[in-house]
Amino acid sequence: MPDRREIDIEVMRYNPETDSEPHMQTFRVPFDEDTSVLMGLQYIKDHLDGSLTFRWSCRMAVCGSCGKMVNGVPKLSCKAFLRAYYPGKLRIEPLEHFPIVRDLAVDQTDFLEKLEAVKPWIIRKEEKPLSEGTYLQTPEEMADYQQFSSCINCLLCYSACPQYGLDNAFTGPAALSLLHRYNADSRDEGKSERMPLVNSEEGVWGCTLVGYCSEVCPKQVDPAAAVNRNKVNSTMDYFLRFLTPRGGVDS
Amino acid sequence: MQVVSTDVAIIGGGGAGLRAAIAIAESAPELKVSLVSKVVPMRSHTVAAEGGSAGVTTDVDTLDLHFHDTVAGGDWLCDQEVVDYFVEHCTEEMVQLEHWGCPWSRQESGHTSVRNFGGMSTARTWFAADKTGFHMLHTLFQTSMKYPSISRLDEYFACDLLVDDGRCQGLLAIEVATGDFVRVEARAVIMATGGAGRVFRQNTNAGILTGDGMGMAYRHGVALRDMEFVQYHPTTLPGSGILITEGCRGEGGYLTNKDGYRYLQDYALGPVVTEPTPKTMELGPRDRLSQAFWHEQQKGRTIDTPLGPAVHLELMHLGQKKLAERLPFIMELSKTFLGIDAASQAIPVCPSVHYTMGGIAADGTTATALPGLFACGECSSVGIHGANRLGSNSLAELAVFGKLAGENAAAFAREQAPTRSLERAASESEASALAILSRQDGTERLASIRDDMTQAMSDGIGIYRTADGMQATCDVLDGLVDRLAHVRLDDSNRAFNTEWLGAIELGFSLDVARAMAYSALNRRESRGAHVRLDEYDGRDDQQFLRHTLAVFEADAPPRIEYSNVNITRLPPAERVYGAAAKTTGDLANA
Repeated sequence: MPDRREIDIEVMRYNPETDSEPHMQTFRVPFDEDTSVLMGLQYIKDHLDGSLTFRWSCRMAVCGSCGKMVNGVPKLSCKAFLRAYYPGKLRIEPLEHFPIVRDLAVDQTDFLEKLEAVKPWIIRKEEKPLSEGTYLQTPEEMADYQQFSSCINCLLCYSACPQYGLDNAFTGPAALSLLHRYNADSRDEGKSERMPLVNSEEGVWGCTLVGYCSEVCPKQVDPAAAVNRNKVNSTMDYFLRFLTPRGGVDS
Repeated sequence: MQVVSTDVAIIGGGGAGLRAAIAIAESAPELKVSLVSKVVPMRSHTVAAEGGSAGVTTDVDTLDLHFHDTVAGGDWLCDQEVVDYFVEHCTEEMVQLEHWGCPWSRQESGHTSVRNFGGMSTARTWFAADKTGFHMLHTLFQTSMKYPSISRLDEYFACDLLVDDGRCQGLLAIEVATGDFVRVEARAVIMATGGAGRVFRQNTNAGILTGDGMGMAYRHGVALRDMEFVQYHPTTLPGSGILITEGCRGEGGYLTNKDGYRYLQDYALGPVVTEPTPKTMELGPRDRLSQAFWHEQQKGRTIDTPLGPAVHLELMHLGQKKLAERLPFIMELSKTFLGIDAASQAIPVCPSVHYTMGGIAADGTTATALPGLFACGECSSVGIHGANRLGSNSLAELAVFGKLAGENAAAFAREQAPTRSLERAASESEASALAILSRQDGTERLASIRDDMTQAMSDGIGIYRTADGMQATCDVLDGLVDRLAHVRLDDSNRAFNTEWLGAIELGFSLDVARAMAYSALNRRESRGAHVRLDEYDGRDDQQFLRHTLAVFEADAPPRIEYSNVNITRLPPAERVYGAAAKTTGDLANA
C-alpha cells in the first residue's frame, strides 16, 4: 500500500444499557488516499473494538444510511475522506438534533413520520388505467420537480437546521422538499391536500432562511429553495382563499 | 416475547418486497401486511441500481425479441414459460411506476425514453438518468405509505422462519434498537431479501447483502438453485467495486486497454462501431465482457492502478451535455471516488461480483417447495436469468414478480386458518441466536472469518474456474464453519448490537457461499457466467442442460441434485454476439 499514514479518530460512545451519558473514545487508524471516514470506522469495528455501533450500507453515497457529524459538520461518512483531515484529529459524533440510540446511531422515527405526513405519493382525482399508457410530461415539466426528487433521506439537512434543533415540530428541509416535489409534479392533483401542512406553523413558516441545509446536502437538492417556493405558494394560497369560491392554489 | 399477528409477512423492504406489499394492499385490502426489514426500506440496495429496467416499448421491438435475448443471454438455462410471463408483464409495470410518480427520463414529446443495454437486440431499457433503482425504490417506498393495511417493522432483523405442520407460518425477528425478539405470525411469508454479493471480496453490493433470506429458506429444506452462476459486472471501480453503470456503454461509451485499443473486437464482439449498436462491442453481455477483461489481463494489456488492474471506460466523446443529462451519478461517483472529471478523463474499471443469478428455488408463480413461503427478486430463482442475466432484467423482475408474489401470497393466506401458537419453534431459534452472544470460550474474530470467506470465494469462484481452485475454496469454507462456531464477540449487549447481527449474517453467508462453491464444482461444463479452464471448457447440453439444486445438509457440504429446464419454444443453439448475432436477430424477427 502506498502512502500509508495513521490518524486519530475520536468517536462518541453511548451504550444505553450501561452509560448515563455519552463520552468520547480515541482510536488510531491507518489510512491511505482512498480511505473514507466510513472505512475508518469499519477498521475500528473489525480490528480494534467490535462494539462500535454505526449505520452504513451502500458506501457509494446513495442509500443515505451513513450520515455523521464529522468535526462538527454533517456529512455522509462514505463520501468524506480521512486524508482531508490529516494531520489533524477527527471527531465523529452522531447526527445532531436526533435522539441517540447507541454510539453513532440515531433514532430516525421522527423523520419517517414527517415524510409520511407530507403525503409523498401521486394524488389523482381519477386514476388513469394502465392500458392507456403513461402520462405525458415534457422535460421542462420534469425540471420543475426533478431536483427535489433526488433527496436520499440522509437527514444531514435536519442536523444542519437550527430551527429543527430548537423545535422538532418543524417539518424540516427534506420532508418539505419532498412535499414540493409532489406538488410541482404535473401528474399530481393533491396540492390542496398538502397546503394545510405547508401553511401551518410546522410548515414552511417555521424556516428562518439560514440555508445551511442546502449547503450540507450531498445531492444538491437545495431544500432551502423548495421551502422558499412554498412560502410564495403559501402566501398565494392565503390570498386566493378570499378571492375564489373553492379557495387555494389548486382551484 | 412480543408477538405480531399478521396475514402476510414480507421479509425485505427493497423493490421486490415493497412491490409485493402494494400488490397485497391493492388486491386484498382486508389483509394485514407486515413488512420486516433490517434497514429502513429506502436504504435497501435497489437504491444502487443505475442503468435501467427492461420493457418492450418501441414499434421495432417485440416480446419475442425480449424473450429470445433473455433465453440466449442466459445460455438456455432459463425456464421459458416463466420468461414468457416476464416479458409480457414488464412494460405494464414500468407504466405503473410512472403512474406512481417515478421520474423516468423523457423525450421532448413528453413520452418516456428507452436506452440500449448489453445483450438486448434493440433499445428497451427504461431509465431515470443513471439513478433508476434509486427512483424506483423511493417511488415504491413513498407510494407504500398511502396504504393503511401495510405496517412496517423497520430495522427488525429476521433471523429464522417459523415452520409448523410442514407450512411456513411466520418468522422470528430481532428489533435492532433493543435486541428484543419478536415473533411474527403470518398465514404466508414472502422472502425478498436481495442477493449475496458480500460473500465475495470485491463486489458492487451494499453491506447488507449477506444472503440472509437465502440462508433462512435453505436451512428449512428449500433448495438453492443455480447458485454457481454469479455475475461479474465488467465495469466497476478497482478496489471498492463501486458500480459504473452499463448505461455508460448504452449511451456510447468505449472500453479500451492500455494501448487505447478497443479490445472487445478480439473476442467475437466486433465489428468495431462508433455508435451504440445492439449486441455488438461494448453492448455484448456481461459474462462475455468480464471474460474479455480476464484475457486482456493475461496478455498484459490492462492498466495497473494502485487498487488493481483496470481497463479504461471512455465517455469523453459523449460531451458534457449528454453526460450531465444521462449519466450525472457516474460523473459524481468519478469525482468523489477517483477525483476525476469523466468528461475529460477515462474511468479505470474492472469486473466485480454484482448479481446472484441463482437463489431460492421458486416456480413461475413465486411459490417455493415449502407451503406458505414465496420468494421474489434477487434472492429468488424463478427461472428467468439462467446462466447469465441481461442488464435491466433485474429491476423489471422485482416489479413483475414482486407483484405476483404479493397477489399469490394473499390468495394463499386467505385460504389458511389462523396460525397455531409457534412459541416452541420461536424459543428454539431465539436460544440459538442468543448462544452466539453469550459464548465465553470463543477465540475467533468475526472479521477474520469473514475476510477468509470472501478471499476464498474470490480466489476459487472467479470469472474463470478450475476444479482445483473450486475444491480449495470448498475446503476453506468447510473449515470456516467450525471457526464460526468459535467466534468471540467484543460486544455482549443486546441494544443495537451490529456485531452480534453480523455474526448471524455471517452464518447465512457461509451457507450460501458453500452452496455456490459446491454447485460450481459439480457443474462439469462451461455455460454463461460459469466458465472453466480445465477439461470442462465447453457447454454440455447432454449432461448439464439442467438446473443445479443445492440442498442443505447442516454442517456437512450441501447435497447437489439436478432438475429439468423448461424449454418450450426456443431449442438450445449457439450463443453469438457481434456480427454473428445479426442473423439470429433476423431469425427471431421472422
